[in-house]
Amino acid sequence: MTLEIRLSHQFPGFRLEVELTAPPGLTCLFGSSGSGKTTVINAVAGLLKPDRADILLDGQPIHQLPPHKRGIGYVFQDARLFPHLTVLGNLTYAARIRRRAPKDLDRTVALLGIGALLDRRPGALSGGERQRVAIGRALLSEPRLILMDEPLAALDEARKAEILPHIETLRDVLGLPILYVSHALPEVARLATTIAVLDAGRLVAQGPAARLLSDPETASLLGLADAGAILSARIAAQEADGLTRVETGAGPLWLPRLTGAPGDPVRLRIAAQDVMLATDRPVGLSALNILSARILSLRPADATGMLVQLDLAGQPLLARVTQRSAQALGLTPGREVFAIVKSVAMARDGESAPEARG
Amino acid sequence: MLAALTPEELTALGLSLKVSLWATLASLPLGLLAAYALARWRFPGHGLLNGLVHLPLILPPVVTGYLLLLAFGRQGWIGAPLWDWFGVTFAFRWTGAALAAAVMAFPLMVRAIRLAIEAVDPKLEQAAATLGAARPVVFLTVTLPLILPGIIAGAVLAFAKAMGEFGATITFVANIPGQTQTLPTAIYSFLQVPGGEAAAWRLVLISVAVALLALALSEWLSRRVAARIAGR
Repeated sequence: MTLEIRLSHQFPGFRLEVELTAPPGLTCLFGSSGSGKTTVINAVAGLLKPDRADILLDGQPIHQLPPHKRGIGYVFQDARLFPHLTVLGNLTYAARIRRRAPKDLDRTVALLGIGALLDRRPGALSGGERQRVAIGRALLSEPRLILMDEPLAALDEARKAEILPHIETLRDVLGLPILYVSHALPEVARLATTIAVLDAGRLVAQGPAARLLSDPETASLLGLADAGAILSARIAAQEADGLTRVETGAGPLWLPRLTGAPGDPVRLRIAAQDVMLATDRPVGLSALNILSARILSLRPADATGMLVQLDLAGQPLLARVTQRSAQALGLTPGREVFAIVKSVAMARDGESAPEARG
Repeated sequence: MLAALTPEELTALGLSLKVSLWATLASLPLGLLAAYALARWRFPGHGLLNGLVHLPLILPPVVTGYLLLLAFGRQGWIGAPLWDWFGVTFAFRWTGAALAAAVMAFPLMVRAIRLAIEAVDPKLEQAAATLGAARPVVFLTVTLPLILPGIIAGAVLAFAKAMGEFGATITFVANIPGQTQTLPTAIYSFLQVPGGEAAAWRLVLISVAVALLALALSEWLSRRVAARIAGR
């Protein structure tokens, strides 16, 4: 299923004008607050009536329907569990008003790890638990489309880490479009298969996550400090000293133990500011991860910094250096360099899975 | 305590309970509608409705009773057609006492229910809609359960107010023993005759007990609303 959105709405002060396609997988609507993200998602849900809207789900218009007939599962930032019902009552709410037995209740409960909470009242849950129940409640309404409005924004880092894997599983297993609103780049980098960047009511970029995150042009739209590249790699071996060797195609990387067997695909995210450049292969350096690369382009990033786009045996990599060192080293497009990677984050694989299933 | 009452006093107590119960139950649906409209809808005449609902609270009860007599009396502009077409009249009947009590208690009932509705987050109702619930279903499955303690609290308050209603009742339906004589009007009558103080006192004590009980019940219920909305 694919979601197509065309809408325009005049607010006092600014105009929202959006044309967006969300394929199966997780489409992240990214932008600062006030950019119109929540308006878009609420228009899709039918909670807000824009001046003009065409919203098609698998080619069928849904914009003329009232919210309760749109077949959406909406996960709100503030969970919005019904306080007078238990967790189980919340989960089965949609089934009960349709007078049928909830479908896949046990599987959903197991998937989200909320089996121990079923008899509790929402007031007795932690923020992370509440959000997992809210996700379960949305899933159990048998939606054709999932909407998530900054579902992690109100949680601390530990709670975020608790929920992120569940959202990844949904993305990879459901085969439904998920429209996910966020202004937190780490979340976007980890979850998104498609990214749409919204600024002051307009879409300024949209495309596959891997391409947008590594393109210097869009990197600055996404917020420079967090610019980085997504690298597809495979686990090569689990080494005896606790490190995992990963093969990128441009050389090996050693990472702290990753779960997975040799041959498993992994998505790695390497932030531009975690990559140093050297013109000769460095010796006597503690860094393990040194890859050979070729410079594709350089562009000024801010007053003192440059963003360097590198080619890593066909995959993009971004490095952030100062203008002073770019000049001192004589960095120019076409030049062969060595990239020293100081830190790598996992962005679990799953980019291709939903497409294969959808 | 009840055994010490004379048949006349017992009749007054029974009538009072009947009048108050009917006044409360019959006005509850309208009170709920008015409270919901005032809490949730924005429409021309919002302020007017608000004023109208609160009018009996501000007007001298005797004025309310006289206006009811003008409207619902046998010759009144509502009372005349009711009598001509349906043979129904409120004048000098216990039903009239119930109508007077309902009108006088209405502001208190609406106020309690309105507060409960305003405490319900409309975002919860939005969430219910996204889960497939149409408007009436949202009201029945989310709004109503959350405000139920508020509705009960409003009803208890209205009942207590109805039990004590005097001015509008005596003006509208007079003070006929066995017909329209409620506790307060019975107390008034006993105080008008020499030697009636003892009977009056007994009824006074009963009135005080009923009022205190209702107030305690309503307090307890409004605390339940708060707990329920917090989801504990």
